Amino acid sequence: MSSQTRPVQDFAVPQIEFAGVSKKYQRLIIDNLDLTVAKGEFLSIIGPSGCGKSTVLKLISGLTPATSGNILVDGMTPRNARETMSFIFQDPTLLPWRTVRANAILGLELERMPKEKRETRVDSLLELVGLSHVSRAYPRELSGGMKMRLSIARALATGPRLLLMDEPFAALDEMTRDRMNEELLRLRDEQKWTVVFVTHSVAEAVFLSTRIVVLAPNPGRIHSDLPVNLPNPRTAELRATLEFEQAVTEFSRVLREARSA
Amino acid sequence: MRQRLLIFLNSLAVFAAFLLLWQLIIWLGHMPAYMLPSPWRVAQVIAEHFSALAESFEITAITATVGLIGSIFAGVAIALLFAQSRWIRRMLYPYTLLLQTVPIVAITPLILMWVGAGTGAVALITFIICLAPIIANTTQGLISVDENLVHLFLMHNATPSQILFKLRLRSAVPSLFVGIRISAGIAVIGAITGELFAGSSSVGRGGLGYSIIYASQQLQTDYLFALIVAAAVLGFAFYFIVAFLEWYFLHKWHESARSPEIE
Repeated sequence: MSSQTRPVQDFAVPQIEFAGVSKKYQRLIIDNLDLTVAKGEFLSIIGPSGCGKSTVLKLISGLTPATSGNILVDGMTPRNARETMSFIFQDPTLLPWRTVRANAILGLELERMPKEKRETRVDSLLELVGLSHVSRAYPRELSGGMKMRLSIARALATGPRLLLMDEPFAALDEMTRDRMNEELLRLRDEQKWTVVFVTHSVAEAVFLSTRIVVLAPNPGRIHSDLPVNLPNPRTAELRATLEFEQAVTEFSRVLREARSA
Repeated sequence: MRQRLLIFLNSLAVFAAFLLLWQLIIWLGHMPAYMLPSPWRVAQVIAEHFSALAESFEITAITATVGLIGSIFAGVAIALLFAQSRWIRRMLYPYTLLLQTVPIVAITPLILMWVGAGTGAVALITFIICLAPIIANTTQGLISVDENLVHLFLMHNATPSQILFKLRLRSAVPSLFVGIRISAGIAVIGAITGELFAGSSSVGRGGLGYSIIYASQQLQTDYLFALIVAAAVLGFAFYFIVAFLEWYFLHKWHESARSPEIE
């Protein structure tokens, strides 16, 4: 579905609302979670392994139902809100038998957008993520960073208002990861999405986010929920500043606390 | 390129040594021609009876192809059923094992009884022995799709048929080819074995297996050898055609796609 046919965004409704949400598989994964994400926020979720970070994303997307409690996304149930969001996984999850171009188009094809329309859109998308020159290549010919860019292009194709990202840059080397972070912020400034970002890296979370939620493990619950008070727009130079260092140190301390909580 | 030429020359040398050994056995062992004809004699028989050989070759080739292609369609259909749930797999898998473990010669008399001798029976025998590898490999391919890819499709509200055709079937193609490669090898064996028992409904004309029985009964050992050569050629042809198709469909995107040559 194209963005024009969607209802006008109502800024009074929060993007995501969790009220008393619990999730149980064999054991309790998420315990009584209350969380509100406003439109336009860049929220990172960090926490020790086993705190249910990824489960939170799966709950928002409706890929797994909550055991109890209530979840609203854009005022709708997660499953009904799916066309307003895109999920970016840790692996690029590309279809290896499709070219770069055909991969970028996948979401539009599944949502049955007319062919001419999606062909014109994919050109500008590949341009946006800098993959125009390899549009006829196959995924196995791409580097790790290019694969991730393609995965992002595919996620952006359907015009989402909410991006869910599950450690998307974890497999990349540090330099590529930093560059991807900067590109992500640049795109977000243009497109104004709400982002929920799960990561292992405190520095990455601090660099990207307007707000960081730290989860404590066994069962997953909120340990702390703090804004990131750093100037915008965030550029590569920010990483070398003292205030950035201090913020990273502070959040690392909170993370250690959460681990032993 | 130069290395390939060297490999080719080496295998040619092996072939020459094989022919020489063959000829030496005849000379030193004083073998009569009805026991072991000379390589030269076999070559002569191939030339003399080329049209009869070609006819048998064609019959066997077509029968094996029909059986194999039938097993591919049926095998994929059954695999699609198996991929639906673990329950179905647990319930039905023992029977595909049965398909593989019961010797085909043991059920051949039944098939003869039911459908009568002829190419139909032979194609059916080929079909039966080709089926299990196709089912097993395709099922494996269908169920081992990356879970996140399924999630990706669900996030775009994909219908079950979109997930089946655009994701599961497509990603099972390399596994399907593993099955086809195994089945293509046994298809030729199956067709010839079938023909030994059920080769022809008209006397004197039939596939390679039927002609092998006929030639051995007539003590035409030289023609028997010519038929063995034809069977070997047919086996090679099947192998190379499947290897080529696999390369053609997979080489652009799949790491394991092999080039159509023997490594």
